[in-house]
Amino acid sequence: MISLRNTFPEFVLTTKVDDFLNWGRKSSLWYLLFGLACCGIELMQTGGPRTDLDRFGAVFRATPRQSDLMIVAGTLSYKMASRCKLLYDQMPEPKYVISMGSCANCGGLFQKSYSVVKGVDKIIPVDIYIPGCPPRPEALTEGILKIQQKMMKEKLLVKTNA
Amino acid sequence: MNEKDIITLIKTQFASAKLEWVEAPSGDNYLVVPSEALRDVVKYIKETEALYFDYLVNLSAFDATEHIEVTYHFYSYTHRHKLVLKVKAVRLNGEVPTITDLYGTANFQEREVFDLLGVRFASHPNLARILLPPDFKGHPLLKDYQEEAQYNGIETTRASLL
Amino acid sequence: MLFSYSNVLVFAAVGIAFILVTLSIGALIRPYAPSLNKLSSYECGEEPVGSAWMNFNIRFYIIALIFVIFDVEVAFMFPVVRIFKEWILEGRGVVALLEILVFVLILLVGFIYVWKKGDLNWVKKI
Repeated sequence: MISLRNTFPEFVLTTKVDDFLNWGRKSSLWYLLFGLACCGIELMQTGGPRTDLDRFGAVFRATPRQSDLMIVAGTLSYKMASRCKLLYDQMPEPKYVISMGSCANCGGLFQKSYSVVKGVDKIIPVDIYIPGCPPRPEALTEGILKIQQKMMKEKLLVKTNA
Repeated sequence: MNEKDIITLIKTQFASAKLEWVEAPSGDNYLVVPSEALRDVVKYIKETEALYFDYLVNLSAFDATEHIEVTYHFYSYTHRHKLVLKVKAVRLNGEVPTITDLYGTANFQEREVFDLLGVRFASHPNLARILLPPDFKGHPLLKDYQEEAQYNGIETTRASLL
Repeated sequence: MLFSYSNVLVFAAVGIAFILVTLSIGALIRPYAPSLNKLSSYECGEEPVGSAWMNFNIRFYIIALIFVIFDVEVAFMFPVVRIFKEWILEGRGVVALLEILVFVLILLVGFIYVWKKGDLNWVKKI
């Protein structure tokens, strides 16, 4: 299969095209609904009219096939861990993960518990950690903006050094 | 019917069994029943006209270090009176007869007690783990439960950043 | 002349070209990383059990067909209901009533036939 990905040398035209493509991607950041606990309520609130996530082009999707971003909102138990991993695997690349709230970051309140995963990053790579228990909608909005900044720095056409 | 009458009625019916009436300082008095007599006692208090305990409020258990105490809370909607039974099970795979055929409520709650404390309910229709994943090892509400270092390749501890 | 319809042709050409160009750009620059987990069917995170290609009971189709017929019957009855009052005022109410009764009766005969044949039962005795 022919792919133009990361094949062009770096000059003005290609970087501008990259910027354009990244702008298109960041402006349609669809996230997977993955509310696991009380953070899920705050996630809904962030999607609601007051701190409207739609204005960033972030719309919730009910299937991993259409999503770019997974917001792990809440306590991840060991029983759910394999499901979470499978859903992450089923998302198309490029994909991003936001770990929302203390429980998803490190186990939080349940760090001594026998049934809670001590941080989502134990099973899937995480891009942004949002602290809080639960984080306010403003914090989640900030996290989305950070993901957008990260997307803008990525290179699709231009060769990468790595 | 008040508490005293209920107890005298049960005690006269099961004179041969070793029933022990405990008056707890908190006021939540209970009747300790040997596990061999449990099914007969429960059947009696359910079917006797004067007692008629039609509702199993709760079935729980805790680890009292030398044994596990399985607790049954009964209530009668007809007579508006309550009764607490306790069965002392042997720690580590101690057996208690099931009362699932008498009270359907007991089904899931016995599974939960088995899941978290490892009490075997003899002739339970489906004694499988209900809350924890099926491949979980150990019964975490036992006082001497030691968490394993890994669950399915996921570390169960997280290094402190402080 | 027919030439004045050419804008339709241009519109169609631009539409098709737009789809082809955007899809091919996507195909050229998107990452392609299929894996066993990604290609497995989506079951809300559960491990899929068996294949999605399985036989459905033929009864589903029969019931669906019968449902569609009676659904259409109701849809045909609405216009009659709409004009019924006007027709009564014009003195033609009996005609409308008789017509709809004949229509329902024909379908009712079919319904009785299906019922008698046992096609409404989930397990049909042959």
